[in-house]
Amino acid sequence: MELFSNLILGFETALTLQNLMYCFIGCFVGTAIGVLPGIGPLVTIAMLLPITFNLPPTPAMIMLAGIYYGSQYGGSTTSILVNLPGETASVVTCLDGYQMSKNGRAGPALAIAAIGSFVAGSIGTLMIGLFGPPLAEVALEFGAAEYFSLMLMALVAASCLAHGDMVKSIAMVFLGLLMGIIGTDVNSGMARFSFGIAELTDGIGFTVVAVGLFALAEICKNLENPEPQEVFTNKIHGLMPTMADLKSSAFPVLRGTMVGAFFGILPGTGPSVSAFTSYMVEKKLAKDPSRFGKGAIEGVAAPEAANNAAAQTAFIPTLTLGIPGSATMALMLGALTIQGIAPGPQVMTSKPDLFWGLIASMWIGNLMLVVLNLPLVGLWVKLLKIPYRWLFPSIVMFCAIGNFSINNSAMDVYLCAMFAVLGYFLMKLQCEPAPLILGYVLGPLMEENLRRALLISRGDPTVFFTRPISGAFMALSILLLIVMVLPAIRKKKEQAYTEGGG
Amino acid sequence: MKVELRNNLDFLAGLLMLAIGGGAFYMALDYPFGSSLRMGPGYFPRVLAGILMLFGVFVLIRGLITGVPVKGRWGFKPLLFLCVGLIAFGWTMEHFGFFPALVALFAIVPLAGYEWNLKEVLILTVFMSAFAWAVFIYGIGLPYPLLGTH
Repeated sequence: MELFSNLILGFETALTLQNLMYCFIGCFVGTAIGVLPGIGPLVTIAMLLPITFNLPPTPAMIMLAGIYYGSQYGGSTTSILVNLPGETASVVTCLDGYQMSKNGRAGPALAIAAIGSFVAGSIGTLMIGLFGPPLAEVALEFGAAEYFSLMLMALVAASCLAHGDMVKSIAMVFLGLLMGIIGTDVNSGMARFSFGIAELTDGIGFTVVAVGLFALAEICKNLENPEPQEVFTNKIHGLMPTMADLKSSAFPVLRGTMVGAFFGILPGTGPSVSAFTSYMVEKKLAKDPSRFGKGAIEGVAAPEAANNAAAQTAFIPTLTLGIPGSATMALMLGALTIQGIAPGPQVMTSKPDLFWGLIASMWIGNLMLVVLNLPLVGLWVKLLKIPYRWLFPSIVMFCAIGNFSINNSAMDVYLCAMFAVLGYFLMKLQCEPAPLILGYVLGPLMEENLRRALLISRGDPTVFFTRPISGAFMALSILLLIVMVLPAIRKKKEQAYTEGGG
Repeated sequence: MKVELRNNLDFLAGLLMLAIGGGAFYMALDYPFGSSLRMGPGYFPRVLAGILMLFGVFVLIRGLITGVPVKGRWGFKPLLFLCVGLIAFGWTMEHFGFFPALVALFAIVPLAGYEWNLKEVLILTVFMSAFAWAVFIYGIGLPYPLLGTH
């Protein structure tokens, strides 16, 4: 079996001392930022990108991936213990997780979240190994038309399925695409939207936009009101879930994994959508739906499994197609590019140790996370005792130094301040920044592929529909749009998110 | 229910989209448009800006009809101090070096919060500056002068 020889190569790579160490650092940092509110994996990876300049590609990717899936674990801990979701994906976990901990069952809730995540992570890892290679082979056949349609589908999925008002989300995609135009036009060499500023002819760095729109706007929102005094009194007695807990969680974990894997592979969606969806699925399937929201263990097990499975399988389109399905994945690809590796289907064959090493490290990382999270849960909760008035200036400091270090220029820091203002206004006006940033990332790629496809077809736009793979992506995008416009289904989505408390 | 326009959620959101779309469209008028076969550098910007403006109009009108207000209060004070702090950091970094820039940042940014206490801010400045030095200058080896310029 080729899969086994590949996995063996992967474990040989991942189990070297250096790679194990970076995997641990990634998981550790990931858990910490997952616990801390107001700083997520996107911003952390953006800030740590300069650190990876000095690392070889494999440990760099292993560490960044660890931060990403580690933050999903950390987010669940605070959701369960203090009703404070560290990540958007763990908002759902608060519903039943916090209730369980109020009923004195914090231990089993944490254990089930960790076990569910571990099972989901293991299955997710296996799925990458199974589906990655055949998908990469298909991707080698992709032309400009296919890439364009695929990215279009990602944007449609991101704006239709994600949290928030669909009309505004689609508008945000267009704003992101527009922002992606800033810089020099590849075809004509003309500087567009540069405002006469020399630095802008290279375009605006992704980190600058991400940090401004997410980290700084979020801090500003947190500072609107005085700091709440967190009271954390729940003691954790005994971590072990009972046999009955395990029994009633087994199927929710597996279903959550499937839901998560589906949304993980679909570009444009990710952990948050999967967590919400799997919660709804469990509630639908439950014999007694009224238990949900009052501490049902299924309501912890399924979304936790789903968000972790999605975090893992999001690497499938990223690594095999070279198309980022989310802003965080775009940063991963950015890290690869910095290392001089062009992302795309050829990575798997030209750098097998990187690809399989990364996959194996994810499984090892999931194991580390169980160990890091369960016995050390007290340590993570202590992190929450740091007052926000110490935390936010420190986060701003990391943002400032990180942005300065990209081009060694103050211009990036000034631009970041500008995006903080834009981000804050968008946040207040309930325009989601996530579709915007995906549009920003995919915009230049889409323009390039659209132009190329039309050039090849001599200006005939039907090419996107007549080529079979491209046509399938187009059909899926249109289907998704129609389905979401139908009032019945839109209501269901809104209901899902309001019940999810978000 | 009557909601003032300056606190009308969708009216403001639509206005913001219209303003950005309109500004971009105006700027893109200077770039050659081309045709669908040979798109000029102005093709994409103008189409995108036009669509953004249409969305803006739609959202704006929807806001006038539904009249949903903006949630929570506006935090203009924290926004101001965060931005001024960042700009001060960038400028000081280029003119006076790493440590002065951090001092400037920690002198301004904590003012964005509700509580401010001199002793805490001083401790935070010293502790975080040392940490930043250890991670970025000593650890990663970023080539910034600690004091002054090259």
